[in-house]
Amino acid sequence: MSILIDASTTFIVQGITGREAVNLTRECLDYGTGAKIVGGVTPGRLGRDVHGVPVFDTVAQAVEHHGAPIDGSVVTVPPAFTKDAVFEAIENGIKLVVIVTERIPRRDVAQMVELATLRGARIIGPNCLGIIVPDVIKMGGIGGPAKNAAQAYTPGPIGVISRSGGMTTEMSSTLSAAGLGQSTAVSIGGDAIIGSTYAELMPLFEADEQTRGIVIYTEPGGRMEAELSRWVTENSSRLPIVAFMAGRFMDEMPGMSFGHAGTIVEGKEDTAGEKIERLAQAGIRVAERIEDIPTMISEQIESRAGA
Amino acid sequence: MRADGTFIAVEVEDAAAGDTELARRLAEACPVDIFLASDSGVALVDGNLDECVLCRLCLDAAGARGAGSPVKIIKLYDDGALLD
Amino acid sequence: MRFFEFEAREVVRRAGIPVTDYGFTTDPAEAKAIAERIGGPTVIKSQVLTGGRMKAGGVKFADTPGEAEAHAAEILELEINGHMPRGVLVDPRAEVEQEYYAGVVWDGTRKQPVMIFSPVGGIDIEQVAEEQPDKVGRRHFSNILPLSDFQAKEVIASTGVTGSDLNRLVPIVLRLARLFVENDMVLAEINPLGRLADGSFVALDAHMDIENEARGRHKKLLADLGVGEEETRQAREATPFELAGEEVDAQDHRGVAGNVTEFDGDLGLVIGAGGGSLTLFDAVRAHGGRPANYCEIGGNPSVAKACGLAKLVLSKPGVDKIAVMMSIVSNTRVDIVARGVIKACLELGLDPAEKIAIFRIPGAWEEEGFKILERYGVDYADRSVSLNEAARRAVEKIQGAPAR
Repeated sequence: MSILIDASTTFIVQGITGREAVNLTRECLDYGTGAKIVGGVTPGRLGRDVHGVPVFDTVAQAVEHHGAPIDGSVVTVPPAFTKDAVFEAIENGIKLVVIVTERIPRRDVAQMVELATLRGARIIGPNCLGIIVPDVIKMGGIGGPAKNAAQAYTPGPIGVISRSGGMTTEMSSTLSAAGLGQSTAVSIGGDAIIGSTYAELMPLFEADEQTRGIVIYTEPGGRMEAELSRWVTENSSRLPIVAFMAGRFMDEMPGMSFGHAGTIVEGKEDTAGEKIERLAQAGIRVAERIEDIPTMISEQIESRAGA
Repeated sequence: MRADGTFIAVEVEDAAAGDTELARRLAEACPVDIFLASDSGVALVDGNLDECVLCRLCLDAAGARGAGSPVKIIKLYDDGALLD
Repeated sequence: MRFFEFEAREVVRRAGIPVTDYGFTTDPAEAKAIAERIGGPTVIKSQVLTGGRMKAGGVKFADTPGEAEAHAAEILELEINGHMPRGVLVDPRAEVEQEYYAGVVWDGTRKQPVMIFSPVGGIDIEQVAEEQPDKVGRRHFSNILPLSDFQAKEVIASTGVTGSDLNRLVPIVLRLARLFVENDMVLAEINPLGRLADGSFVALDAHMDIENEARGRHKKLLADLGVGEEETRQAREATPFELAGEEVDAQDHRGVAGNVTEFDGDLGLVIGAGGGSLTLFDAVRAHGGRPANYCEIGGNPSVAKACGLAKLVLSKPGVDKIAVMMSIVSNTRVDIVARGVIKACLELGLDPAEKIAIFRIPGAWEEEGFKILERYGVDYADRSVSLNEAARRAVEKIQGAPAR
């Protein structure tokens, strides 16, 4: 199985006529068993189509045309319009919103996340590449064109969660090359506030029988790793976790932000060194190099199976 | 070993170069503005040649691919292979 | 982006929170005039975006306007932690009975803002939290529901403050929370918040930090405060090399080839994307390499931009070779980056085969990209070579290179 999405998941693309969205739509339609993209929304473009996907002015029109609730939406509209687009999706009954857009102010993100929580919906991102279930479906630009995605991602027992879109693919490719496929890979986004953190996705992986281990990519900034450590300790998770921490050099440069907006170190707890220590305390092994990850996670899966 | 930093060449057949309608279509199709449409036909923007993304939209606009096309996209880094 | 104290205090004043009758100036004579207007003892405070100004001699007390002028002249010339002051604040020395703390920050785990209040002010709130945890109150508030007085009342009361102090503090803390939300702040702090002899409260110092992504919707405020659009106020000021990197990135709107940070090594880096750059920078250093810079490529930049970035790095004094490396790309194209970096070498009259220590970008359009690299004799690697191994090879090459 997988988490969040499967072959039957229906979704729309908000902002579908934009340059990147057109590509993303093509990629998702081509990948795996072919995503069920039941509509696209761009205000003022009702009646057009993008790669055969009908375009509507509103989410409500897309839902009406589909004739049933729609599971998800990929939102790729400019930052100033993202909050409204996400509110529109949630208020029209959509339960899974993947936000691709970068550079959205934190206040807007926090408002979207709070509305989602009130309505029982989930947000992935912003500033993310989405979700992929190898050989089945992808929702978002993750892995790129179908051909490229197929090269990097293979089905298997590892759940991948990453604050960097590109590194989701890099790590999955390394796992695949070592014969370790992925159950689901999720690019959760690089911002300071995101819809779904490691700890918030763990219960889903925990409940997924296919998943036997977790690999995460992490960076300085924020308290997400501390939250994960706490979750793992409190819930005595059955899943071993291997983490890769990038940006160790940033510890020498307080106050500077590199890579993603979320990497700004605002306190001692946010530094790479501090995070590595915290993860280790929770029994999460931290890899020095990406190529060490497959062996580390295999060993841990085996040792738990033997225990 | 190659030593010049040009990667793409574009040729428009003489017979087609004065076609203002083709010029308009090419200018509209190209995402990186290689073609310029004017009253006298097609002009090439040399500074944008290397920005070519090999998308073939110009070939489609010209209505033919490969050797038969009035527009030829040449990969200089690939022994002058034609994009078709 | 951080505000200077004089700007932060103005933001506080506009929000309806009482402040002292201070003045800001860059001129010692004017400092004297302000002190005369205030008409009593004053404090002269350096306006710098760095901590420890008190220790560094950036805060001085004056009993007369003449003294204020002399102190201002001194402080205006005083560099603190590498920062020259923007000016000085001339502040009346208030008769404070007690110092409090009020602040609002984001809680990324709860995904809500949190009001923080303490009757122990004037020192770092982290220190108070450690030493007297019962003296620090915290209260999250909704992003969607309207702010209400009781929320401020609860956080203040939770620290044991009651009586008329409580009632006078409620509107101040509530206004601070509102200011935080309305101005897209990531930090809004009044410390100390002083209680004067007559029982009234006044903000004696303030720290404000506005979110960079939201600057666009606060143009008026920023213009009123005189903050230039080009001001980034990073922890250290941008170097000419970094500014040149911004120019490269701004030349067109296709993708990113920038976010340059200068270092003093000999190995130029043309790397990406966000996470890949962090990983690669660490890897180069782990192998004993000395990077000349940090940067990021992503979002499929134009050939011209990739070329501009590579040229900038290649032209940096002390750079002997560049390493062009990214995590597997799906949006950025291998062939486009290959064209850009090769072009950069050739336009500078350099041999790409010699100057590019390694090219490790697998992914979208790699067949085409590798074809180009082969043609120019550039050493390249596909995805079977890890980021770490690519970094090792680059370092090895540069350390084996003959000194120039």
